Amino acid sequence: MCQDCGCGDPEIVPVEVHERLLAANDRVAQHNRAHFVEHGVLALNLMGSPGSGKTAILEAIARAPKANRKLAAVSGDLATDHDAQRLRAAGIPAATITTGSACHLDAEMVHKALHDFALDGLDFFVIENVGNLVCPAIYDLGQALNVVALSVTEGEDKPLKYPVMFRNADAVLLTKIDLLPHLGVCIRNFDDAIARVMPEPRVFPVSARTGEGLDRWLQWLDEKRIAA
Amino acid sequence: MHEYSIVSSLLERVGAEARTHNAIAVHRLTVRIGAAAGVDPDLLSKAYEMFREGTLCVGAELCVQRVEEQWACPQCGRTIARGEILRCGQCAMPARLVSGDEIILEQIEMEVP
Repeated sequence: MCQDCGCGDPEIVPVEVHERLLAANDRVAQHNRAHFVEHGVLALNLMGSPGSGKTAILEAIARAPKANRKLAAVSGDLATDHDAQRLRAAGIPAATITTGSACHLDAEMVHKALHDFALDGLDFFVIENVGNLVCPAIYDLGQALNVVALSVTEGEDKPLKYPVMFRNADAVLLTKIDLLPHLGVCIRNFDDAIARVMPEPRVFPVSARTGEGLDRWLQWLDEKRIAA
Repeated sequence: MHEYSIVSSLLERVGAEARTHNAIAVHRLTVRIGAAAGVDPDLLSKAYEMFREGTLCVGAELCVQRVEEQWACPQCGRTIARGEILRCGQCAMPARLVSGDEIILEQIEMEVP
């Protein structure tokens, strides 16, 4: 009630909030993170454009020699189960999170999906996000690491066009480098663009098809696993 | 278009706050959005116009405060302009984002009985 004259009129009051708009998502992400840590699993949020080679990279991990890495994955997909089918065919326990029209995964979707996985004994849990260089960048899912797959066919300026995605990345996989001889692009220009949006750039040029560069990337991943 | 899902988080948060205060209506929302936050203020406003129908916010103005993207060296404090290599030319330290990634609900003006 109005405190000035006691007239009974409603009063307009300012309520200070000062909270992140995604605070509810952040809380669920923290819960997921605690769950991964408790089971000693390194969780990766693998992002990138549609067709950048996210699934192919995971298949390549499964094919890697001395492959005693145990991983499981969920794939965010608007409409199909194709990616998870490919991963299961490669020997990776995998499920799909069907997002319908949603252009990104959020922490709650991952939380629900985790109920179907036994995390004990796993080294890595990969959250293969919806193919999109914009929306997934701002949602914490509870991952330990953000990894962005960028294929050389997408063009050298993509990091400059989608800075938020690259700024929040721990590593960039520059994929499909077996195609470089057919394209007028060079790795140095990708590196330059990435250094303008990512303060501590870490780029792994790889080809899932030929296996080139996978050693360095897997070594980094294993080191992160040990440190976790 | 994640702005739609951000607006739905906004309306949920405001709804919860309004219930706590037994508000009759909401008059104004103030949010702070950084230029490097990955949220487009215009799309956010459009999404808000669409989603506020049928909520306590139907008559509430959405006030968006924009925050500039600023990078600096964490050691010497030198400003590093957007688009430059994000490493201090003098200290060789990786630049730090000083501001620009904010997606914050600052204030709700509500009508209470």
